Parts: sequence; structure tokens; C-alpha cells
Amino acid sequence: MRTLTTPFIALSAGMLFVAPWIINGAPYESTMGLVQKVFYFHFPSAILFLAAAIVCGINSARFLFWRNQRADGWAVAAAELGFLFGALTLVTGPLWARKAWGVWWVWDTRLTMSLVLFLIFAGYMMLRKYGGPGSDRLGAGMALFGMANVPFIYVSVNVWRTLHPMTSVVPTLPTDMGIPLWFCFAAFTMLFIALLNLRASLEHQRARVEALYLAEDQA
Amino acid sequence: MSVVRRVRKVRRVRAVLVALLAFVLTAPLCGVGWSSVALAKEDQPQPPKEFVPVDDIPPGEQIPAINLVAAAYGFVWVAVSGYVWSLARRLKSVEAELADLESKKR
Repeated sequence: MRTLTTPFIALSAGMLFVAPWIINGAPYESTMGLVQKVFYFHFPSAILFLAAAIVCGINSARFLFWRNQRADGWAVAAAELGFLFGALTLVTGPLWARKAWGVWWVWDTRLTMSLVLFLIFAGYMMLRKYGGPGSDRLGAGMALFGMANVPFIYVSVNVWRTLHPMTSVVPTLPTDMGIPLWFCFAAFTMLFIALLNLRASLEHQRARVEALYLAEDQA
Repeated sequence: MSVVRRVRKVRRVRAVLVALLAFVLTAPLCGVGWSSVALAKEDQPQPPKEFVPVDDIPPGEQIPAINLVAAAYGFVWVAVSGYVWSLARRLKSVEAELADLESKKR
């Protein structure tokens, strides 16, 4: 899997390099105009932000209930990527909103819960770095709370009145807007998988280093 | 009428005449002052009594969309590149440490 990581990163970087030209060819949206083109990077980031929370939550559950140490490595990797993709979502969104809504931020359900999830990832990472012994289990519990947020974030725009576009926007996209979106989504997903794999392998190697130091101490 | 009473009457009439003279002299000055205050008030911008909506946003108030789009795309590139660089650096360091420990073990 590790050997596939570099081509994955190179391919996704190439696709992201080409993406602005493809996005430039997409038509303008009728009410928002040019600024709506932030959507082509914002949507994949947001979906992968939620995907990271699910990956982190599932692996944390595997670690918490089945004592799977390797799953903990995957959870840490997913949390870090959740933080990265969350930052991308929470920065590109307000840049779009400033022009489309006239404000940088509104405290609606989706935005607030997305910020909460981002803060859960930030808290998780700080806990894992500075929490000392037992922080892995505490962090796993936090990750489960983070995962529980995901369905609420997804459906919130359909349930509560908000300025944020509804989930029906993506399935009803016209083809000339859909092609750049799914192109960017594929690039971001490949990047996510490659980075997740790399970050997990870093965590597994750290575990091996720790095991070797322990063996050295015992000898 | 005694002299004292006559003097008091004269003083009273004089006081009334002085008061009348003072009024005649100061009234125009007060009028000028008041009118200048009113004029100054007219020169000041009036506070809005109601908000009037406009359909066209004044050009000075419009944010160019291209700046926001460029900032969004630029941020994604910088953040992802920074993360990849940080990850590569951490991986290199751990791999070196692992190789060192394994060689010691042998």
C-alpha cells in the first residue's frame, strides 16, 4: 500500500493543478456569480472532513472495545486529517459566504456543529500529544462523540432554516457543473487516502520505536 | 412726599429704564446667536430617520469575487503542501530512529 502512496499524491497534485482550468470552464451560478466557484474545493473538503470523523470514530471503537492497537494508529491519522480538511472547509466557506451572504459567518446549525467537530479534532490531537498515560482511551471516547456529530451536520441544512445550500444541490447539479465537482472530489479523495495511509504508517512506526525502546529498557 | 420716598421712586424708574434698555440692546444679539445655532444645525449631517434600500450596490462597497476565490484556492494549496511537507519530515525522522534502533539491536 505504501508504494501506491507516492503515485496517489502525485496524481492528485496533478489533478488539483489542472482543476482551476476545468473549474474556469464551468458556468457561473445565476445568483452568486464567480464566488460560487469556491464550491468546487469547499464541497470535497467538507465531505472528507466528515469522512475523517467516521474513520476516526470507527477505529477508535475498534481500539476501545477490541483493544486493537493498530486501529488506534488509524484513528490518530484520521483525526489529524479531519483537522486539516476541517480547516480547509472552515476557511473556504466564510470566503464564499462573505460575497454570497454578505457576512463571514452565521451561527446556524451546520456551521456551528462543523466548528464543534473541528474543535473536537483539535482537542483530540492536544489530548494525544500532552495527555500522558491513558490519553489514548480518553481520546477514543472523544472520537466517538465526534462521529456522532456527523449525521446531524449532514441533515441539519434540510431540517433547520438556514442560508446554507441544502443537500439536494449536489444531486441536481447540471452536467457542466457536475464534471468539475466530481473531478475535484476524485482528486481530494485520492489525496485523503494517500495522506491517511502515510500518517497511519508514521503512527505504526512510532509504536515500533516505542516497543524497541521498551525492549531495550527491559534487557 | 418726603425726599427719601422721591429718591426711591426715581431709582425704581431708573432701574426699569435700564432693564428696558438692556433688553432692547441684547435682544438682537440673542437673535443672531440663536439663528447662528440653527444655521450650524442645518450644516451638520442629519441623522437617518429611516433606512432606504437600494437595488444596486455602490461600486465602492462591492468585494471583487476573484480575490475571495483566489484566497480560497490559495489557502487549500498552502495548507495541503504544508501538511505534506510536515508529514514527510516526521516520517523521515521516525524511519531514521527506527533504523538506528534496529541496527543497535543486531
